[in-house]
Amino acid sequence: MSVSKHVVSLLLENESGALSRVAGLFSMRGYNIESLTVAPTHDPTLSRATIVTSGDDRTIEQITKQLNKLVDVVRLVDLTEAAHVAHEMMMIKVRASGVQRDEIQRLSGIYKGKIVDVTESTFIIELTGNSDKLDAFIKSVGDEQILEVVRSGVTGIARGERGLKV
Amino acid sequence: MELSGGEILIQSLQDEGVEYVFGYPGGAVLHIYDAIFRQQQVKHILVRHEQGATHMADGYSRATGKPGVVLVTSGPGATNAITGIATAHLDSIPLVVITGQVTSKYIGTDAFQEVDAIGCTRPCVKHNFMVKSADEIASVMKKAFYVATTGRPGPVVVDIPKDFTAPHIKIPYEYPTEVSMRSYAPVSGGHVGQVRKAVELLAQAKQPMIYTGGGVLMSESHKELCKLAQELGYPVTSTLMGLGAYPASDKQFVGMLGMHGTYEANLGMHNCDVLLAVGVRFDDRVTGEIEHFCPNAKIIHVDIDPTSIAKNIGVDIPIVGDLKVVLTRMLELLAQDSRRANPEDIARWWTQIEEWKSVKSLAYEASDSVIKPQYVVEKVWEVTNGDAYVTSDVGQHQMWAAQYYKFDEPRRWINSGGLGTMGFGLPAALGVKLAHPESEVVCITGEASIQMCLQELSTAMQYGLPVKVVNLNNRYLGMVRQWQEFQYEGRYSNSYVDALPDFVKLAESYNHVGMKIEKPGDVEGALKEAFAMKEKLVFMDFITDDTENVYPMIEAGKGHHEMRMHPKVGELN
Ligand SMILES: Cc1ncc(C[n+]2csc(CCOP(=O)(O)OP(=O)(O)O)c2C)c(N)n1
Ligand SMILES: [Mg+2]
Repeated sequence: MSVSKHVVSLLLENESGALSRVAGLFSMRGYNIESLTVAPTHDPTLSRATIVTSGDDRTIEQITKQLNKLVDVVRLVDLTEAAHVAHEMMMIKVRASGVQRDEIQRLSGIYKGKIVDVTESTFIIELTGNSDKLDAFIKSVGDEQILEVVRSGVTGIARGERGLKV
Repeated sequence: MELSGGEILIQSLQDEGVEYVFGYPGGAVLHIYDAIFRQQQVKHILVRHEQGATHMADGYSRATGKPGVVLVTSGPGATNAITGIATAHLDSIPLVVITGQVTSKYIGTDAFQEVDAIGCTRPCVKHNFMVKSADEIASVMKKAFYVATTGRPGPVVVDIPKDFTAPHIKIPYEYPTEVSMRSYAPVSGGHVGQVRKAVELLAQAKQPMIYTGGGVLMSESHKELCKLAQELGYPVTSTLMGLGAYPASDKQFVGMLGMHGTYEANLGMHNCDVLLAVGVRFDDRVTGEIEHFCPNAKIIHVDIDPTSIAKNIGVDIPIVGDLKVVLTRMLELLAQDSRRANPEDIARWWTQIEEWKSVKSLAYEASDSVIKPQYVVEKVWEVTNGDAYVTSDVGQHQMWAAQYYKFDEPRRWINSGGLGTMGFGLPAALGVKLAHPESEVVCITGEASIQMCLQELSTAMQYGLPVKVVNLNNRYLGMVRQWQEFQYEGRYSNSYVDALPDFVKLAESYNHVGMKIEKPGDVEGALKEAFAMKEKLVFMDFITDDTENVYPMIEAGKGHHEMRMHPKVGELN
């Protein structure tokens, strides 16, 4: 069976142990986890988590079933099954002095990045979008220039009427 | 009613109808123990080790279907309980385990006897709760019992910081009558269309098998299972965990399947064309090498836990639901629709099965010089009229107990199937005896396993629990020795149990009765004598053949059709 990437979105009880149950499940059962993001929703009793994982169909089915079985998981959807938006935010600190400053600014413009901090020798650029776009930007800037990269991990939501509600 | 947290905890147990709490006191639970002291309704059984408490509660639960309740202190109390919690978890046994925790303001400071009980138990519980204030105790207890006993049952841990149970803080008490948890909704039904498809498939079978497991016992659906099996007339096999759900002495029962299953059960599995799997989880000890598992079968799998379905083995008709509901629906559909499998096909299949049966895969070599362990189990079955509650430990003796004691009733066979916990048998037997004081309770054990929770002989003395211990003493970690014989050319690395105690004297030192039996001719008499002592715990030390192996056996990497049989199979009776 072929391995594919899935974006799984969860509503969790906003309780101290909930996140460790989710993370523990992945390590305990040897499931792949590429990224995990979590924060409270507009309803403060609920947290919303997005997990990017990969596996063959059978593994993904087990992952979603096992997650659903956790008592702190309220709802779950595999976003990959239908149209969805899955974005990530990145802040990247790059070396920017002399001629590089113009070049970096130009690149950032192309990728619709936002320069959020400027010093004599560095820029911090904030960039949002799907993970491929972020990867591409990193590649364009090049290792030489990059000082630090911080990425939020993917957060996702289904398009249209489909979604996660209690 | 205004009560302290400690009183609320005990009052909650009363309101849940709890009879027994198995526990051991310590600093973090002293307020709770004081509340226990000041009431009569919930009886506390003082164990000698917290592992014993969890196994006792577990045995009590397996024998009754009610949840078992455990109370232990923080730190070492909680960690000692973990083996028993994990044992219950792997066999889906409902336990509510209350662990004391250090005073809330010291949590996270490495306080005396502090351990992260929630973190330590997380991977081996169905769920756990950290109590965050005294006024939460009643609602958390209600949820704990609800989660433990519904859906696929399992152990639930409730961790309570000491200060929330303090006597001077009184709060209004009312035990909730209902629970609502938006994140937990156990399934009931079972998809009607799927059930219909399953019944249609069953009616087309030529070589069907029914494979049943512990889920049938947990869901109390053994009657429905028997009706269904008898309505269809198909052969029934059972996992180690499911023994007793279908009567072993019935002609449709072909014995246990899997690693030490019968020839006819395993070949039946290998050759079947339709497999009805109920309340099972396709454990590796059952399936053998997955690649070879039921190569020609269409599989119907009914289970309450969706994660059990298609986990190890792909299935054709998955049905998620309460077995009782699903089996009842199947029976209704069969009553409405008279289409059945072709009787000639089924008769031919039975002929085939009878042929496999005639191989007598459980026959062993009788002896009049050395006691054969299988013979002891057969005699235990005879002397108890097949009606005892039998607990067991882990090893060869466990397999012989499963193979040679024919369980006709559910909840009579009580063993640690999933985790395989040595030390389970004796405490579990004590829990069973508390639940069924009028019934015979036998612990079939080995000289190594019994020593892992031996201290509970003292608990048995304190509460006067006259269980019978059948120690199949082969002076070896027999199951380990067997694997070393088969797979390591007889290099018996650390599998010899040297320096055994004198079990007779040991039993006597607890005011129990000890017996040592060394000759085959004495086995039956000793058993009769022991079982006649209704008021005494009798420890029977049977000195058995130290070379005996468990047959048949499916070795690692082999399928159901590649069993290793007794070397003299065919010549034995
Ligand atoms: C707590 C624990 N430790 C180790 C094992 C591995 N193990 C399985 S069977 C066995 C030997 C048991 O010996 P005994 O109780 O004498 O039973 P026998 O096989 O000889 O009948 C061992 C060590 C286990 N199942 N549980
Ligand atoms: Mg032994």
